[in-house]
Amino acid sequence: MSGIPLEPVYGPEDGDFPGVYPYTRGPYASMYRSKLWTMRMFAGFGTAIDTNQRFKEILKSGGDGLSTAFDMPTLLGLDSDDPMSLGEVGRCGVAIDTLADMSDLFSDIDLGSITTSMTINSPAAVLLAMFVAQAENAGVPRAKLGGTLQNDILKEYQAQKEFVFPPRQSMRLVRDTVAFTAAEMPRWNSISISGYHIREAGSTAAEELAFTLANGFAYVELARQAGLPVDAFAPRLSFFFNAHIDFFEEIAKYRAARRIWARWMKERYGATTERSMQLRFHTQTAGVSLTAQQPEVNIVRTAIEALAGVLGGTQSLHTNSMDEALALPTERSARIALRTQQVIGYETNVAHVADPLGGSYYVEALTDEMERRAEEIFAKIDEMGHGSMLEGCIVGIDENWFQGRIADSAYELERAFNRGERTIVGVSKFLEGNEEDEMDILKITNADEKKQRERLSSVKQDRNEAAVQDALDRLAKDAVDTEVNLMPALIDASNVYATVGEMMNTMAGVFGRHVEVPII
Amino acid sequence: MNTENTSLRVLVAKVGLDGHDRGVKVVARLLRDAGIEVIYTGLFQTPETVAAAAVDEDVDVVGLSMLSGAHMTLAPLVVAAIRARGVDIPVVIGGIVPNSDVAELKAAGIAEILGPGAPADEVVAAVRRAAANAAV
Repeated sequence: MSGIPLEPVYGPEDGDFPGVYPYTRGPYASMYRSKLWTMRMFAGFGTAIDTNQRFKEILKSGGDGLSTAFDMPTLLGLDSDDPMSLGEVGRCGVAIDTLADMSDLFSDIDLGSITTSMTINSPAAVLLAMFVAQAENAGVPRAKLGGTLQNDILKEYQAQKEFVFPPRQSMRLVRDTVAFTAAEMPRWNSISISGYHIREAGSTAAEELAFTLANGFAYVELARQAGLPVDAFAPRLSFFFNAHIDFFEEIAKYRAARRIWARWMKERYGATTERSMQLRFHTQTAGVSLTAQQPEVNIVRTAIEALAGVLGGTQSLHTNSMDEALALPTERSARIALRTQQVIGYETNVAHVADPLGGSYYVEALTDEMERRAEEIFAKIDEMGHGSMLEGCIVGIDENWFQGRIADSAYELERAFNRGERTIVGVSKFLEGNEEDEMDILKITNADEKKQRERLSSVKQDRNEAAVQDALDRLAKDAVDTEVNLMPALIDASNVYATVGEMMNTMAGVFGRHVEVPII
Repeated sequence: MNTENTSLRVLVAKVGLDGHDRGVKVVARLLRDAGIEVIYTGLFQTPETVAAAAVDEDVDVVGLSMLSGAHMTLAPLVVAAIRARGVDIPVVIGGIVPNSDVAELKAAGIAEILGPGAPADEVVAAVRRAAANAAV
């Protein structure tokens, strides 16, 4: 503001720079000077028609990407008329049962000109198949589709717990999607390796960092086992981290993540192209840091967390809304959350210089410590897998090692809070104002659930049952042969209006279902 | 029925499709720390399986952890499934439950409702209160 001329980056001439291996200071040399982070807001609720309206509003107001939230039944591969879906249809996201819903979801949206992110894991291959089928029916070839599939199944067993098949069978589906997109969808990011949910489930920052990168290494080993050269798929992997309230620790976590990924990709996995070594990530502010008490204060928490993501060099950002400790956000609160990013991006000038905290004694020391703690955890996972991170991750899941560590950390954090060692404004201290009138929150009625069940029933009535059965029989046959890629069978089944539940049940008939042994 | 002076048995449960299990696990340990015996039956339970486990295990209180917004549908079904077995084990809910839902949940027979961020002593007190009121 004072007119001081700014360099794009600061540091000693012989020091580290952004855009240069090991990329501690950022994947690109110019960082936000050439392009701000993508302000990607997650949306989805009710029926596909409702969410389509919200998508069109997002695109009209200048958004360049869509991010789809699915409801719980869809996340678990269940149809809206499944008895287990009762009360959950369209509640936490949009309900998708068949290709008809997918067509409604993207009706009048040109899938060739925007990017679409889909937060889906256990049934990721099924939803990707439906998405490809819908786009091709609308005249957009798969090669033109740009976007990201979350498709990170390992963290489901460790933290998020939306699993269906056992881990090894799930990993076969991940392999199939990675191989399919590498061959046929050059603009598609096949996995978004997610620490967000690990942290939300209660891990420490170092555990979030280490478990997430270890999962990343596991997917790299999986794809290599399938015969894909590392530089053919590694550029299509991206990451998703949490931005919690411990400001400098979070920044150090992102910096350490980039350095570790670059080194492991180069030294352990033999990557040779820059893109394979550059860790790129999405950030979301911490849902667990939000309070139901004095919810307006959540705007402040979210702003500080978002700033950590930006100073840590995130490529895209979702900011939570102030009312999310109570319900899904209202349009007003979601707008304030987006405005929070815009203030950081357009008013504060923090984006003018890359890695502005690089060289801070404190931040550099924290970055080194995060890396050291992560390496300790990698050593343990590598040991569990007898030299394979892929095996180590699966064994760690089977033995409840990840789940136990996350539960221990969550419990420790809670005990620190109960002992009064951790302050939460409006909860443990500074309670004046807690009794004020509550804000209006979004109410979702059961009407959408009924509408969606009727929709499914009418689609089932109109489809060719024999064609559905044939497609499911072929899917079952392909599932038995582990050498076969399941994507073609899933696309064909989508095209004849087989439901998500039917495709998942067919595969479960071959793969079995995962049952978690509960630990407390 | 047990009161404050004797050991309580509590079933903590996740009903429906909500996989958020941080809260239920932390609460289970906090209740144990308070000397309460805790049983956890894992994810993806139905109102029927929760009611059956509550009766089989002869618990004093059932605690439901609900974060997906399905509490208005599922919590009353748990109460009904327990009562259908001819017993009246009190049900306590914790999680993402807005205040505006409290009256309707109480009317449906939920004994205690804990909002987001309830501290350990409040959770323990709510469970003990639910057990004591049921014993009267």
